[in-house]
Amino acid sequence: MSDSAVTTKKDWTSDQEVRWCPGCGDYSILTAMQLLMPELGTRREDTVFVSGIGCAARFPYYMNTYGLHAIHGRSPAIATGLAMARRDLDVWVVGGDGDMLSIGGNHLIHALRRNVNLTILLFNNQIYGLTKGQYSPTSEVGKVTKSTPMGSLDTPFNPISVALGAEASFVARTHDMDRAHMQEVFRRAHNHRGAAIVEVYQNCNVFNDGAFAALTKKDARAHMLIPLVHAEPVRFGPDGERGVILDDGVARIVSVDEVGVEALHVHDETAEDLSVAFALSRLADDRQSPTPIGVYCAVDRLEYGGGIDAQIAAAQADRGPGDLDALLHSLPTWEVN
Amino acid sequence: MINTEELLPEVREVERIIVRFAGDSGDGMQLTGDRFTSASALFGNDLATLPEFPAEIRAPAGTLAGVSAFQVHISDHDITTPGDAPNVLVTMNPAAMMAELPRLESGGTIIVNTDAFNERNLAKAGYQVNPLEDGSLDGYSVITAPMTDLTKQVCKDLGVKPRDAERSKNFFALGLVSWLFSRPTDPSLHWIREKFAGRDAVIAANEAAFKAGHAFGETAELSASRLAVRPARFDPGTYTNINGNTALSWGLIAASQKAGIPIFLGSYPITPASDILHELAKHKNFGVRTLQAEDEIAAIGAALGASYGGHLGVTATSGPGLALKGETLGLAVSLELPLVVIDIQRGGPSTGLPTKTEAADLMMAHYGRHGEAPLPIVSANSPSDCFRAAFEAVRIAVRYRTPVILLSDGYLANGTEPWRLPVAKDLPNIPVDFASSANALNEDGEEVFWPYVRNDDLARPWAVPGTENLMHRIGGIEKEDGTGNISYDPENHGRMVAIRDERIKKVADSYPPTVVEGDSDADAVIVGWGSTWGAITSAIGRMRRAGDKVARVHLTNLYPLPNDLGDILRRFETVIVPEMNLGQLSKILRAEYLVDAKSICKVEGQPFTAAELHQQFREMTQ
Ligand SMILES: Cc1ncc(C[n+]2csc(CCOP(=O)(O)OP(=O)(O)O)c2C)c(N)n1
Ligand code: SF4
Ligand SMILES: [Mg+2]
Repeated sequence: MSDSAVTTKKDWTSDQEVRWCPGCGDYSILTAMQLLMPELGTRREDTVFVSGIGCAARFPYYMNTYGLHAIHGRSPAIATGLAMARRDLDVWVVGGDGDMLSIGGNHLIHALRRNVNLTILLFNNQIYGLTKGQYSPTSEVGKVTKSTPMGSLDTPFNPISVALGAEASFVARTHDMDRAHMQEVFRRAHNHRGAAIVEVYQNCNVFNDGAFAALTKKDARAHMLIPLVHAEPVRFGPDGERGVILDDGVARIVSVDEVGVEALHVHDETAEDLSVAFALSRLADDRQSPTPIGVYCAVDRLEYGGGIDAQIAAAQADRGPGDLDALLHSLPTWEVN
Repeated sequence: MINTEELLPEVREVERIIVRFAGDSGDGMQLTGDRFTSASALFGNDLATLPEFPAEIRAPAGTLAGVSAFQVHISDHDITTPGDAPNVLVTMNPAAMMAELPRLESGGTIIVNTDAFNERNLAKAGYQVNPLEDGSLDGYSVITAPMTDLTKQVCKDLGVKPRDAERSKNFFALGLVSWLFSRPTDPSLHWIREKFAGRDAVIAANEAAFKAGHAFGETAELSASRLAVRPARFDPGTYTNINGNTALSWGLIAASQKAGIPIFLGSYPITPASDILHELAKHKNFGVRTLQAEDEIAAIGAALGASYGGHLGVTATSGPGLALKGETLGLAVSLELPLVVIDIQRGGPSTGLPTKTEAADLMMAHYGRHGEAPLPIVSANSPSDCFRAAFEAVRIAVRYRTPVILLSDGYLANGTEPWRLPVAKDLPNIPVDFASSANALNEDGEEVFWPYVRNDDLARPWAVPGTENLMHRIGGIEKEDGTGNISYDPENHGRMVAIRDERIKKVADSYPPTVVEGDSDADAVIVGWGSTWGAITSAIGRMRRAGDKVARVHLTNLYPLPNDLGDILRRFETVIVPEMNLGQLSKILRAEYLVDAKSICKVEGQPFTAAELHQQFREMTQ
């Protein structure tokens, strides 16, 4: 395939049989991606999907690109090395909530703060799918699972808050029921220079069915999803009748009629101070109340691999390309005749 | 270089001297030892050094825990160890005297900074009475100098504050020792000027202290103690004095140049491996990328990711870090990608003795992964040999597409020795052939790329992202032989386990024949690995000079072992294996060859001395 060739979904689909449970939300994410890829203008051979372990992490097998299905939790670290070494590549990272926020939490936050050029997709189903249904670090308090028969006790992570706290330069949320929204957010994430993370609400119909239904069911969306649109007032509802204001730094949902449109918070995804984005991320924690989706922040900041390459270029400009003999003679030497 | 013919008549010539510098961590003894070593290297002596630091960066001043020491062995002939008992001990404070005196040879020379022997310091060191006054040092020849005071005095005229002046007292010691051992002064003075360029007051104080120490030796009628060691006879060439971690880093750079692929080092700081990260980070002009990762798991993960992308992935750590890397090593074994994993071994288990040496990670290197996960293991013999070992590790990793563990240790990492520099163009190339085309036909007869088709070495293609038409998916799940597709088939798994085993065993086909040194008709062979090389070499030399027959083999490829090793070992009645662990290599030799290998073990955070090995060898071979 040459650069200019037009590709279709088929070109981006591997010959491997997809093995997720019928009805799993992962299917719709895969389809969204395979349909989007031809539009992104990148070549298949320059595209790499890296993943850890979990149902979500099977994703690379189904993309006709380069793919690396690694070990549990480590994909952000492995992808960091790949993206630093090969800035010509388009590196995607895919994983579940356990993979990225439990065992791999440390790697995730460091990849984000370093701003490595990665597009990270976190499929959040609030459960451990592959290991058959234990609670996860995003499961709600009181979750009854095989490992928590009397209910889980620990407070969950809010992935958006974690990402913002980790100094991420691009943070977004979407969900598996809306292909167009997924594609728009994935496209934005892909085009971002540096680390981009997208939380995808994903339904595990076997072990945590309907976890997001209150938000993502077709007839619920207008009431329950708050679209974040850059430079627009934050409002939602079938007729835009509700909105978000910032009240002493805290985001609150209000009736637009009561406060007036001018009082609404105008979303600025480029704001370098992430505290407003953080406030928005705290609006809803329970998947039962209105939740912002879309791009929380998209900030331009030094991309790590670019920084490294610039240092290499500077060192070479300063000292010339490496000369092995010169290196060997760089400590005091003496001659023996 | 000074002309040895002009040595003053009162200078007594000796073949070798072992000097140990000891003081509080804040006294600058590492620097003093290092400068003395450099001057000796430039003078042409053979030498070997052993720095020893306390584990705490700022242990309370004046305490035993805070003692820092540096031993250097200089010689007019080929030597391989930093020496056994020092002949000369420089003690900058009572704690150093308390901690180090037991090592000194009986009748040895002690050089003392008397100013530090005050009541407070004596008490901190645990002395009830001043050892300088109670006659306990009578058997030694003691040279006392009020180093702190004299340094302050010469600095006063320069307008240096007394507090700052005190910091220069190690240069006084260096000056004095340089005089005693007839070292040239120019290299040290030159170094002071370069090192402290731009800080004129510091240069002036250090120079003044150095010269005062030198003059002190001259005027205090110490000539009876004055010694000289002639330059050693080296093979012609250009030499430098190098420590193991620097040699290792340069070996990686050399190999990367010869392979034509850039280094990617992922590393998390840990003693005694951090200097590899520091060294490689300096050489970005070679295209080296370094990542100070968030932990050791990320470090190896990033290195593996870079290897997947066609770079030379390297990670450097010590035992605790290698333990963390185990799972990713298993992935690397499964992915069959080149990767170099460096373990600078230190005292364990757990934090153990972080600044001391040990070689007890051999079993972890062999077996520290779940499943059948074989990988090649390479080790280094001496500080300069770390260059060769690094180059060898890269050669194997790249040719056989496998992770390789390179074992060094704290003693090699920080110890130094003269090294005849290789010439870049004489180093062998390391061919890298990235896959570029289809390599199989599918059921429909179409040309396709399968990631687990193998070459004669049983290595699979290294197909890096960016290569047209070779898109493929690989992972840690068992793969079907050939296609690389996920396979849970029992027979296929059995076959893949066997192939992974076989392909690593084939690495041994690329080794040169094993060298048996010494007396081939001896009854006993000493089998060593790693940094015991130096002490074994000296001990065997002593035996053979005394007419005792003995042979030796020193292994540098610990897995797979050389193909000819079994036959060699079976030729000898007695197989002796000295190791800085409880007998790990001897267990492997016993299991592999059914030979009755006997261990000599030392796990004290200290390298073997030649004397203790000599004695044990004699006892075990008689
Ligand atoms: C080191 C290690 N520990 C544990 C596991 C078992 N394991 C596999 S996937 C998984 C969690 C999966 O949950 P998540 O990441 O949320 O992915 P999902 O299956 O829900 O998509 C666990 C615990 C493993 N593979 N490796
Ligand atoms: S277990 Fe859940 S997440 Fe995994 S494939 Fe089945 S439905 Fe999807
Ligand atoms: Mg999950």
